[in-house]
Amino acid sequence: MLEVDSLAIDYRTSRGTIHAVDDMSFSLGKGETLGLVGESGSGKSTLGVSIIRLVPYPGVISRGEINVDGESILGLPEDKMRSIRGKRVAYVFQDPMISLDPVKRIGEHFVELIRTHEPNTSKKQAFERTKTVLKDLGIQSERVNDYPHQFSGGMRQRIMIGLAIALNPDLVIADEPTTALDVIVQAKILDLLASLRKTHHMALILISHDLSIILERCDRIIVMYAGHMVEYTTSTELYRSPKHPYTQKLLQSIPNIELSDQRLTAIPGSPPNMLDPPRGCPFWPRCSYAMEICPNKKPPLIDVGSNHLVRCFLYGEVGVRSE
Amino acid sequence: MTEAKMKRSILARIVPQLTSLTRRGPSGWMVIVGIAIVSAIIVMTAVAPWISPHDPNLQVGPIRAPPSLGFPMGTNQLGFDMLSRILFGGSIMLEISVLSVLICFLVGVPLGLFSSYVGGMFDRGFSLVIDAVYAFPGLVIAIAVAAMLGPGVINMALSIAVVYIPSYFRIVRSQVLSIKELTYIEAAKSSGAKWYTILISYVFPNVIPSIIIVATVNFADAVLTAAGLTFIGLGVPYNIPDWGWDLKNGWQFLSSGAWWIITFPGLMIILLALGFTLVGEGLSELLNPKLQR
Amino acid sequence: MSEVLKVEHLKKYFPVQKNVLEQLFTKKKSYVKAVDDITFSVKKGEIFTLAGESGCGKTTSGKLIVRLIEPTSGKIWFEGTDVTKLKGETLRLLRRKIQMIFQDPYASLSPRMRIGDAVGHPLKIHGIAHGREREKMVLEVLEKVGLSPPEQFVRLFPHQLSGGQRQRIALARSIILRPEFMVADEPVSMIDVSLRTTIIDLMLSFRKELNLTYLFVTHDLAVAKYISDRIAVMYLGRIIEMGSKESIFLKPLHPYTQALLSAVPVPDPERKRRTVELQGEIPSAINVPPGCRFNPRCPHKKRECAEKQLELVEVEKEHFVACLLY
Repeated sequence: MLEVDSLAIDYRTSRGTIHAVDDMSFSLGKGETLGLVGESGSGKSTLGVSIIRLVPYPGVISRGEINVDGESILGLPEDKMRSIRGKRVAYVFQDPMISLDPVKRIGEHFVELIRTHEPNTSKKQAFERTKTVLKDLGIQSERVNDYPHQFSGGMRQRIMIGLAIALNPDLVIADEPTTALDVIVQAKILDLLASLRKTHHMALILISHDLSIILERCDRIIVMYAGHMVEYTTSTELYRSPKHPYTQKLLQSIPNIELSDQRLTAIPGSPPNMLDPPRGCPFWPRCSYAMEICPNKKPPLIDVGSNHLVRCFLYGEVGVRSE
Repeated sequence: MTEAKMKRSILARIVPQLTSLTRRGPSGWMVIVGIAIVSAIIVMTAVAPWISPHDPNLQVGPIRAPPSLGFPMGTNQLGFDMLSRILFGGSIMLEISVLSVLICFLVGVPLGLFSSYVGGMFDRGFSLVIDAVYAFPGLVIAIAVAAMLGPGVINMALSIAVVYIPSYFRIVRSQVLSIKELTYIEAAKSSGAKWYTILISYVFPNVIPSIIIVATVNFADAVLTAAGLTFIGLGVPYNIPDWGWDLKNGWQFLSSGAWWIITFPGLMIILLALGFTLVGEGLSELLNPKLQR
Repeated sequence: MSEVLKVEHLKKYFPVQKNVLEQLFTKKKSYVKAVDDITFSVKKGEIFTLAGESGCGKTTSGKLIVRLIEPTSGKIWFEGTDVTKLKGETLRLLRRKIQMIFQDPYASLSPRMRIGDAVGHPLKIHGIAHGREREKMVLEVLEKVGLSPPEQFVRLFPHQLSGGQRQRIALARSIILRPEFMVADEPVSMIDVSLRTTIIDLMLSFRKELNLTYLFVTHDLAVAKYISDRIAVMYLGRIIEMGSKESIFLKPLHPYTQALLSAVPVPDPERKRRTVELQGEIPSAINVPPGCRFNPRCPHKKRECAEKQLELVEVEKEHFVACLLY
């Protein structure tokens, strides 16, 4: 239901142009979960926010296509876009502390949302729906008249998720939904997202820097580095046979609580300065397999079979998928 | 040899800073124009003894003569050349504003740093006193203090300083209150730094940007307040060329048509104040977005 | 192995600010019981971790040990000496031996101080080295944390460096005094994942090279498992389980520890989740539940749990739990 083709997003700042996202192509079917994993500067948040066309100034979508249910959203007028936002594609922001209006009661948040997108709903109907959503979220319906500050961080994030799913969207994009939360609450929120997905038949894009969460919860995964897609495959395939050197190193550097006597390896160097990224393959300065061609030419996405794409010259130019 | 090297290195640091300002949009230009105006006036005042056509305190021409080739800015009722008076007249203003900023800085900043860092009842009590002074209209305080102290450059600087110290105190205090809780202060404490080391090495350098902005507003306001004080007769004696004095003097001749006696000094005062204000406005715009990022 | 640090019945209560009406009409004082009677000791050369979720008091405990905060009651022993009430010059001397690394690499360096000055400042404060000698020590320590060539970094300002580099500088600053004990408060949680291992490896290498002992504070149990020797799990201001890494992770006894461990994400898509479901959320530290503070959420709760205040009991060798089940 979502198709992104050769998308490029730039930030035109006074100090130069930042290519936040470069040549991203992927698709998402109904009910699927896609994970976007990357570190600071990888472009994952920019990509997420571009799907609802809320890239902040001075960012612009400079190239490519985004299609929701076959319809391009890039050319849509703003009012049509607003009807898509929230109703068909919903976004859960990262920080629940600041994303809720502190002077509005929780119930009012929902009622306003419902009645904006479905103006024929009466206040009473909207209220009833709100109570149902709160029940799904595990929040007692008596709390519908409370203000945001009366809820804990975990509950506020659940409210954000509730607002996202209240209109039964086809796609929910969750940007670091659990970063500010403790691990037990984190597990609850992710479980909640998974069950809501099943009951509402939603597609989900999960954006995070935490590879453990992404591997556990997503069907397919895109690994991003410096705005580029460096690997794109299913989660089992990524875990069993990671192909890109960055992915491999990343997997070897995260502690796994179920293993004893782990030897973690570090990735040398630092994430790139996006104002002056390395030429050629963006990962080459930190790559232990860097070859002569790597600083000179950007590797194309290469199909290595079993639905697995890698952007790396190690895998030759066999079956070039896109450039 | 080393002195020349030093001068070159200072220039080497200032020039690229200034040119980089041009790339920062309208606020950068404001700063450059402001600095240019102020520097021009300073230079003009400095070289006045050499370039002035006449002695500003001698009758050199006909009285109340309109601007002409010989006297491009006319003469006043005592036959003094206005142009010469303009060239020399900025020095008092500059002295007073620099002195008042210096006093404010040396008094207001340490008080603000100390009081807010120490906190507790002392800080609360002290802030109350400062706020009381701050609540008074500035000019009223300046007039009261100037009247008490009498004429003179230092006294005028003091009366202006009294008005402005609360501003410095408050700005420094609000900055310190937020910096106090930051991690690098904790790190300094856990390294064993004494409280005054923390204030001087860690708090003060981070408070400087906001002080600079207050200082430029201070300069501008000092110029205007000095002119005001002289206008009501609390300023310097008449035989020192001063725009403020000329302003006061020229007021009586407006109705009789000798507009040049008050206009040129007035314009210069406005120009000087404008220069400082531009620097202040530009800097505050430049420094704030960076703070946000 | 000798004990380097011993903490006995340490408590820290923060008074709750009352508004004007409350101040006039109520006599009751309420407190945030951030740390409520903890006792543990750290042996020389080991890495002891305080683990738990937010609000459990682990960060406050770390700050108490470094004396950034003063304890409400209890004792802290360092190398056999009672350091709880030290002041002035003796406290400053103590600070040379105990150092702290902070969580936020972006806030732990003064934005207006050059790296060289920041790293060398502890030396200046204690009057240890001057001029050339101090420069040399700064360069040496920068090299040690992997910032090479160090001359390049000395003149830079923090905003010119990445988070990972800044944390390395913070590390350099804390080891330049050759401390014996280091409190590390979530040192890697705000750093990019690919850079975390570098910092952790550095910390481990310093343990060997400089004979450092660590108190590690974290909410990330996977990291805790990787580097700790012994772990104490905290909940709402108290230690509810304590033991060696193996015993805690292989055989968690306290229901909270079990729930916590089951919730940690594992980078394996094929793992089946065995999450222990917990009701409710962490209560506020002002109104602490009576008896065992975990009892309202405990799947095994009994009536007695709300009645007795629990102490740590040694269930097996070096493995302590505070729970009525044992």
